[in-house]
Amino acid sequence: MPRYFTQDHEWIDVVGASATVGITDYAQGQLGDVVFVELPPAGRTLAKGDDAAVVESVKAASDIYAPVSGEVTQGNAALEADPALVNSAAEGDGWFFRITLADTSELDGLMDAAAYAAFVDTL
Amino acid sequence: MSDDFETDSDDEGTEPETMTLPLDGWHRARGARMVEFAGYHMPIQYEGIMAEHLWTRSHAGLFDVSHMGQLQLIGANGVADAAEALEALVPGDISALKPGRMRYSLLLAEDGGILDDLMITNAARNLYLVVNGAVKWDDIAYLREQLPDDITINHGDDLALLALQGPQAVAALSRIGLSTLQPDWPAVADLVFMQASPYDWHGVALGISRSGYTGEDGFEISVPAEHAVALADALCAQPEVKPVGLGARDSLRLEAGLPLYGHDLDPAVNPVEAGLAFAISKRRREEGGFHGAEQILAQLADGPPRRRVGLTIAGRQPVREGAALLAGDKVIGIVTSGGFSPSLEVPIAMGYVAAEHAALGTALVAEVRGKRIAITVAAMPFVPHRYVRKIG
Repeated sequence: MPRYFTQDHEWIDVVGASATVGITDYAQGQLGDVVFVELPPAGRTLAKGDDAAVVESVKAASDIYAPVSGEVTQGNAALEADPALVNSAAEGDGWFFRITLADTSELDGLMDAAAYAAFVDTL
Repeated sequence: MSDDFETDSDDEGTEPETMTLPLDGWHRARGARMVEFAGYHMPIQYEGIMAEHLWTRSHAGLFDVSHMGQLQLIGANGVADAAEALEALVPGDISALKPGRMRYSLLLAEDGGILDDLMITNAARNLYLVVNGAVKWDDIAYLREQLPDDITINHGDDLALLALQGPQAVAALSRIGLSTLQPDWPAVADLVFMQASPYDWHGVALGISRSGYTGEDGFEISVPAEHAVALADALCAQPEVKPVGLGARDSLRLEAGLPLYGHDLDPAVNPVEAGLAFAISKRRREEGGFHGAEQILAQLADGPPRRRVGLTIAGRQPVREGAALLAGDKVIGIVTSGGFSPSLEVPIAMGYVAAEHAALGTALVAEVRGKRIAITVAAMPFVPHRYVRKIG
């Protein structure tokens, strides 16, 4: 299962025409203690770059942009009860939402894990 | 991902150059994440806002607040001259302050608007003022313009300022080897809230007050810049003490119901509507004679048209600064500070609402990103103050 990364610090796991989206461990470290996540409802159609979710830390609210275009099929209900999952398991159980891929060519410009690690090193 | 904070990068374009404070390297060596604040590189957090916040409430947090302005006002014939002159610009009874006593006050514009909030201490030979970092240059210019020429204003820009806050602050501070300057002057453990005294720390002159911005017992310590690192090290060597960043400073003061200048207070806000009438001393209410006295005393008599209130929030979604507050479909106020309370584990906020909606328990609605969130007007502080007002 290929995992892609964006310069906005999101990860995308792709299975066929479906993708799971979350934020990276680096991103959660920058945000600090997450206290609330506002997720897009199932059925919402997102274009790449749209505001998709909002992560609230103690201090600030941060927008999460849709890394690819498609229709949201599911938000991670576990984040409602335990938003700190984003901190403890950003790249696992702390995933944000699942989305159908409208255009798989949008994945072409994204980074793999090695490229993302190199990108983070430049920050 | 976007963030409300300016991250500490080099691509700040044409902004004036961000300045460094005496503890800059000390913060970085301890893993602080630095941000630009009030023109300085400042630590926003070390291990995390939540952990630092809770540590301060249970142990003692060390805050670097060296960005704040430390000023001395010196009168031609002593401190009484300076107090009398300053009373034209603040509504407190400064002349009644005894040596070693301090008072929270407000620097007033000519129309009674709040230019800054500040601490004023009678330091025996001068009045010692601590003003907000973001407006200190404006404050100095305003004081110079407004005060008579025979009042000298010294800016202590060679001083750092540390705050040690929390229930174990007194134990930690009592252990680092402070000496009083006179045998009958109080040890730090014998200071009460809003009392100050000078100390000798291994040959270094410190000014220490029992005061702070967290709602906890604690101290603020003025130290010559060249000794700030040694003092911070000595304090953090105590088992009760950890460094705490600006992020937790903000969440602590919000829980304590304390307003933040530039957010909850600004020149368009009058002290009475800000809920700061306690800072208008009895004698000053009777005599007036301070900027905006007419407007301020009228609001005291008639009640202000709006009031600063605490807000509790249904659910877990924080309601932040700038969110509109509605009664039905009518906008009747605005949130000026909002966030998550680490102590209470719920979102909390403060803001201004029209006076008829300011009663405790009033149900309102906040609008956040198009969503309506149920809000209730609540008493502040959200977390009780634990100031030490009496010794023994």
